[in-house]
Amino acid sequence: MFTIIEGGGERPVDARVEDGRVRLSADALREALGWELHDGTLCNDTMCVPLPAGSRLGEGGVFDLGEVAATLDRPLALDAEAGAAFVGVSAGERAQALGSLIAPDFTLSDLAGRPHMLSSYRGRKVFMVAWASW
Amino acid sequence: MWQALYDELRDLRFVVIAIALDKSADDARPWIEKAAPTYPVLIDTQHVVADLYNIVNVPTALWIDERGRIVRPNDVVFGTDTFKHITNLESARPLAAVRAWARGETSGFAASETRGLQTLPTALDQQARAEFGLAEWLARHGARDAAERHFVRAGELAPHDFTIRRGSMPIRGIDPMGPQFREMLQAWVGGGRPYYRPLPDTRG
Repeated sequence: MFTIIEGGGERPVDARVEDGRVRLSADALREALGWELHDGTLCNDTMCVPLPAGSRLGEGGVFDLGEVAATLDRPLALDAEAGAAFVGVSAGERAQALGSLIAPDFTLSDLAGRPHMLSSYRGRKVFMVAWASW
Repeated sequence: MWQALYDELRDLRFVVIAIALDKSADDARPWIEKAAPTYPVLIDTQHVVADLYNIVNVPTALWIDERGRIVRPNDVVFGTDTFKHITNLESARPLAAVRAWARGETSGFAASETRGLQTLPTALDQQARAEFGLAEWLARHGARDAAERHFVRAGELAPHDFTIRRGSMPIRGIDPMGPQFREMLQAWVGGGRPYYRPLPDTRG
């Protein structure tokens, strides 16, 4: 089993690892990342991304995880030996969100395990400060 | 660290939200219990907020207005002068600016100014964060050697990102105040690169 970590979650998938590359079936791709190939276009619930010209992604029902990430402009960190990969968020997506000046929302818990959502503090001025014990 | 500021300004519809970029709640716990803050202190072991806001060191503060808009981007703000002899950064001026904003005497930056002061992530920054995310997951699942490979790669891709380079040290069993940190800091600062990058001293 191979683990794909994405969007704060992780999912075990059936994958073939060959020469450091990770190959997924169409089913595994849909289960792990929510994308499907339709007529040369990768689609999820909200958007579609055309494959680059000459792409062989999905040929024979095989999806190379590195090519999927590149097509979607997502950073991919991969450890074939350890059997895990992390799919991050692109610089473009982050830059667009920050440039909009709408504070990106998140939910994190305090020491007591109570979740706090940033947007639930709307109506107040928020001084948000990141710190660490290190 | 921010309790006095919060106590002073909380009736003005103002809140402090502190986010600990620590490897576990237990790492942050002694600090939080000692300060016993009444404002929220959240634990971010997976650096969700560092990724969303392109935060590369601590402490980093932002101002978010009542409508949820960033009106002052990432800045280095200390709550006290405890580390002033090391950092050369004093707390009085930035804290006075926060007070003036909370009281409505100033309104933060205009959108164009805020954008001009933002540092946006590059593709390398985001690749580094993916490597860090994988390494953090591997470390949590006992794959220490594999984790180390990706922590190292993350630091090489984004050498300015100390939430990665220093923040990973406790996970890797390295003392984040010890000789390896001091060596890293000297190499960085010795190359003429600042460890802290406060915003230019603008009105705010």
